[in-house]
Amino acid sequence: MEQVSQHADPHYDQEANKLGMWLFIFTELLLFGGLFIVYSIYRFLNPEAFQLGAHELNPTIGAINTIILLVSSMTIAMSTSSLQKKNKGLTVLLLEITIMLALVFLINKYFEWGVKFDHGIWPGSEHLINDMSRGEILFFGLYFVMTGLHALHIIVGMIIIIVALKRVQNGTVNENRSSLLDNAGLYWHLVDLIWIFLFPLFYLIH
Amino acid sequence: MQTATQIPHDVNYLDYKGKYKGIFGWIFSTDHKRIALLYMYSMMVMFVVGVALGLAMKLELIAPGQTIMGPQTYNSVFTVHGVIMIFMIVIPGLPAVFGNFMLPIMIGAKDVAFPKVNLLSWYFYVAGALLVIASVLFGNGTPDTGWTFYAPYSFKSGTNLLPAIFGAFILGFSSILTGLNFIVTIHRMRAPGMTWFKMPLFPWSLYGTAWIQLLATPVVGITLVLVALERIFGIGVFDPALGGDPVLYQHLFWIYSHPAVYVMILPAMGAISEIIPTFSQKHIFGYRAIIASTLAIAFVGYFVWGHHMFTSGMSGTAQYTFSVLTFLVAIPSAIKVFNWISTMHKGSINPEIPFLWAVSFIFVFMIGGFSGLVLGALATNVYVHDTAFVVAHFHFIVFGGVGFSFFGAIHYWFPKMFGRMYDKVWAKVGWAFFTVGFLTLYSPMFYLGMIGMPRRYYDYLPEFHAANILSSLGSWVMTFGLLIVVINLFRSAKNGAIAEINPWHGKTLEWTVASPPPVENFEEIPVYGEKDGPYEY
Repeated sequence: MEQVSQHADPHYDQEANKLGMWLFIFTELLLFGGLFIVYSIYRFLNPEAFQLGAHELNPTIGAINTIILLVSSMTIAMSTSSLQKKNKGLTVLLLEITIMLALVFLINKYFEWGVKFDHGIWPGSEHLINDMSRGEILFFGLYFVMTGLHALHIIVGMIIIIVALKRVQNGTVNENRSSLLDNAGLYWHLVDLIWIFLFPLFYLIH
Repeated sequence: MQTATQIPHDVNYLDYKGKYKGIFGWIFSTDHKRIALLYMYSMMVMFVVGVALGLAMKLELIAPGQTIMGPQTYNSVFTVHGVIMIFMIVIPGLPAVFGNFMLPIMIGAKDVAFPKVNLLSWYFYVAGALLVIASVLFGNGTPDTGWTFYAPYSFKSGTNLLPAIFGAFILGFSSILTGLNFIVTIHRMRAPGMTWFKMPLFPWSLYGTAWIQLLATPVVGITLVLVALERIFGIGVFDPALGGDPVLYQHLFWIYSHPAVYVMILPAMGAISEIIPTFSQKHIFGYRAIIASTLAIAFVGYFVWGHHMFTSGMSGTAQYTFSVLTFLVAIPSAIKVFNWISTMHKGSINPEIPFLWAVSFIFVFMIGGFSGLVLGALATNVYVHDTAFVVAHFHFIVFGGVGFSFFGAIHYWFPKMFGRMYDKVWAKVGWAFFTVGFLTLYSPMFYLGMIGMPRRYYDYLPEFHAANILSSLGSWVMTFGLLIVVINLFRSAKNGAIAEINPWHGKTLEWTVASPPPVENFEEIPVYGEKDGPYEY
């Protein structure tokens, strides 16, 4: 393994930055891994209730959001390669599209949660506790925790992308120092990947 | 950014005047050595609180019935004592202080891979500590669940638990960042020619530790978040009234918290593996065996969490499996002890104070380890479960293991860190009081547990009285020793005699740089040749 990077700036080590980001992604996967374990245990214990709960969710909105995230993953990946091709304008445009898509995802999520609230379903709500089975309480508890935590990651991802965008504009992130944008992309793919698992687990398995 | 200002090589890190003045030169510093000392001083503050709470518990137990506090206060005291000692002292202890200070120097680097993240991890540490303190000072009642925050009591208890839970979460995040930083540093920044098997053993132990920090901490992180959400919204996952399972909480908690024991003990073992050969004036025996056992402990440590839950409701198969796996951990631990003893064999032993701490570490670690086998075996575990025996066992491992190693390490590296030598006579007096006090404090608790005294009670039956008096006396002797040690170090950091560059004839890289080290450690990065080894540079 190369240990000393031969670069103009001795403090910049692209390999180290990438390795650090991958390690951080491991920790995120384990964080959600804990939740997926909880989900699978309670699904195993309450199969009927989880099916009933899934019928309450709207797979169409879920599918639209899946497509939005997949496209946003594509745009951020394209922005990284356009930065390597020194096309700063296109990079900025693609990052702006990514942020817009993330925003649309959150708006959809807001309306989705809003419908649940209108139906009297939220963690600890009277309707949930009095009228529904224990399994459904768990289903909706996990639904709100997992999609909520995921939405939080979307927001964090947006902030990182906005910072990357500013840095691309003022030139501190460029084709020779692209770690920040690369890592923002990696993080965004992670957020996307987690949604790819959440979507079938909550919306599709009936 | 830093390329504009050349950092002089003849200025040590303590005297260096950077961009910021006074205290800001420390709390905004990204120098790994200054961050190490920041950690050390903040830990010391928390340690004083933790020790005071421990003393208060021992004073309460000096006589049956209510002595100085009632049951509710006692519950809060052992909870806060546990949270402080586990999350703020022993988990970050050696990695954050000696890891931060020594790792870059020992592998021939100028700093860690991400200096700013390193400073951020200290900010998280302080934020977590402040949140825990806030849970004590504000709200209706101090947390009383024990440091494990077991469900369902952790969301039924009316006390001010939320800040403490978030504090523990943030402290975990701090620990993750330290681990991440160390892994990348070790992968990317070893001196040219320093291959993996030319790396000294302390960095190796930090490497194993860092992986545990990275892979186990997120699980407890999400578990604590779930408990907090359970408290705020009532999501139901751990609440039996809403269909959840509190035993699942215990599983998720111990999946992290058992490996965390190895986060505590592995760097402690690493420091001992540096001290013993230096003062035996001999090569470490079985360099590769120690590395292999380090990685084996880190690996097997993930699969033994169930031994905390033998009475919580598990299938017989799960119980046997966890019991067998627990015994497996004893093998690599025994390999290490064997290697340390073999290193001393026929060595020319120089019984300086770090060596005394190291051998007393081996002594208390053996007692702690063997009592761990008693607890790992299913039948005896059920007999002594939740008794004072368990408390004695984990204090021998966690306080005995990490504490003795920490004091060994600070006496070993003190002349390098501060450029001054402490008073060796007082250091020995402090060590003697501490060791005698430690054994007097915790040994009776093995006996008390065997005859049936439960843990976490402010009161006990009259037949437990005599041993409890002995234990409480021990706590005073130990604290007296601790005071001598700490005061001696504090005075010497300012006024001690100027230390040589290599007072112990150590063989690793930190002994080749000035004391205290210059800001960027090395004027020229060392280059390892074919014939150099971990201890032959």
